[in-house]
Amino acid sequence: MTFPVIKAAGYILVHAPNIMMEHGTTITMERKNNPDSNYLQKTIKSIRTFEEAVNYAPNQVYIGNLTPQELQEVPRPWYQNLLAQGREGKYGDIIPENEFYAVMKIADSFQLVELEQEFAARIKNTLAAKKLFHVKQLDLLDKTSERKHIEELISSGKADGLYENNQLVGCVRQAHESDPNLSTHVVFENLVAKASGVLALKNLVSKNNLDANLIDYIIETSEEAIGDMNQRGGGNLAKAIGEIAECNNATGVDMRAFCAGPAHGILSAAALVQSGIFKNVVVMAGGSSAKLGMNSRDHVNKEMPVLEDMVGGYAVLISENDGQNPVVRTDIVGKHKISSGSSPQAVIQAIVVDPLERNNLKLTDVDVYAPELQNAEITAPAGAGDVPLANYKMIGAMAVKRGEISREELPQFATRHGVTGFAPTQGHIPSGVPLLGHIRDSILAGKMQRAMIIGKGSLFLGRMTDLFDGISFIIEGNAGVIGPTRDTGNGEEFKQEIRNLLADAIQELARSVAGR
Amino acid sequence: MDMANQARVKETAEKFGSDKVVVILGGAEAESAGLTAETVINGDPTYAGPLTNIALKLPVYHIFEIKDLIEPEVYDAQISMMEMVLDVDAIKNEMESIRQQFS
Repeated sequence: MTFPVIKAAGYILVHAPNIMMEHGTTITMERKNNPDSNYLQKTIKSIRTFEEAVNYAPNQVYIGNLTPQELQEVPRPWYQNLLAQGREGKYGDIIPENEFYAVMKIADSFQLVELEQEFAARIKNTLAAKKLFHVKQLDLLDKTSERKHIEELISSGKADGLYENNQLVGCVRQAHESDPNLSTHVVFENLVAKASGVLALKNLVSKNNLDANLIDYIIETSEEAIGDMNQRGGGNLAKAIGEIAECNNATGVDMRAFCAGPAHGILSAAALVQSGIFKNVVVMAGGSSAKLGMNSRDHVNKEMPVLEDMVGGYAVLISENDGQNPVVRTDIVGKHKISSGSSPQAVIQAIVVDPLERNNLKLTDVDVYAPELQNAEITAPAGAGDVPLANYKMIGAMAVKRGEISREELPQFATRHGVTGFAPTQGHIPSGVPLLGHIRDSILAGKMQRAMIIGKGSLFLGRMTDLFDGISFIIEGNAGVIGPTRDTGNGEEFKQEIRNLLADAIQELARSVAGR
Repeated sequence: MDMANQARVKETAEKFGSDKVVVILGGAEAESAGLTAETVINGDPTYAGPLTNIALKLPVYHIFEIKDLIEPEVYDAQISMMEMVLDVDAIKNEMESIRQQFS
């Protein structure tokens, strides 16, 4: 069987403290219920500067300038031990909020984002230097608005403000007078997901010297719902993002499974490529404005900066086997079935143990597991502990139960088969996929042979089922075999490919002879 | 203890009577298990939920404390992995201390 490969992976972060203050649900609910609270005052004083966010070690791991192993060596707390790194990473960029507003404007197809003239002109120059957007797209920033007009829209409740250093520099307008699904709040959230998705996809293409026109299909895996009051969640953010990222030959689809969305997406992309339906499929997502500052109450209570000020994005390209890049083993797939049960043990059994057992592999045969990779410095103060470490302990405990390691070896299992969590708490973003870039590099460098990506999702949040969800797959070093995409057993498809090539050559010859 | 769970415990205790309800916790960490135990005995210590100023005085145990009452096969299939992962002694000590303090 010839498996598809992880051809490239890209990651971006947006530092968004003002969006957090205006659209993070924890903060907006507090402002609504208790506008003069101490917590709100402390939050405003606990906001990081862009430089502090850039030099925060976990963010540098996310964009690829630091490995997760190197993160372990950085003294904690990381927010007090900043690095001296730049915003440009191996896998992508960290974008300041003002540039992001301009990207929201470029990504806006319905004139819903209005920017003030001086601001737009200034940021246009900065963005132009980045060479991420072409001139026509940058020219969209010339369509500006008077500050007075923006103020009127906001005061009449028809728009939400965009702020830079407490100054109003623009707004996002409602897309309909009465449709709740096209309200300012929903449009704002969707535009944040769209614009950060555009940045992730654009970075994937530019950092890897890819031709965007070769992308056939895009699977978007965020947690936002795109539609109006008659079809909330109708879609299609994938195609909308592909349009701005100039993937002219692509169409796409939105795939939703809460935090497990990206893992479901990559597996579906692998299937599309392996079946020969498409050659190059991008799985990607932008980030969430609602989740910004989610645990800020606990952070400020513990005198920490508010660390959930980053919107995340990722994009992964799944392509036909090139004989080099790590493969997605579509034959070693774990899934949490409807009947699997929801105890942690049942979940690990279904997602991690069962697929390995079916393929005569031991838990210790997997070099690295990539479960939810949340940064524990964000989650621990809020009482959620170290999520990746808890997962590694659970997988290790299963290895003990199965007699693969002794009880005494359990504490070492996490260090041997895991990494330190580094991802922002953006729901779908931390779930397995942030490690794909590092895994790809390690496998290509011969430092690792096999990794398991684990996506898990809490479906109860939508109140339609209280079932848990999860899906996993294995990434492995490429054995260097390139053959027909589909295993036909007798090589018939390969023979047909040769026949087609011969036919093309003969036709070409005939044309050139006729031309003479 | 979140608002929805506080509401469910309150409703259950009112419906069946506090003397007929036992609360079994599955929390992963001693401090949070202790806070939950305190809430169902003495009321919500954060003064935010439905059990604020309501002392139900319910008997409350962590699942690790009632291992002997559970079928060994069921315990092995559902709980034994987490028993290896979590700090069982810390959880048990915290539960005991909360019960002594508030019951």
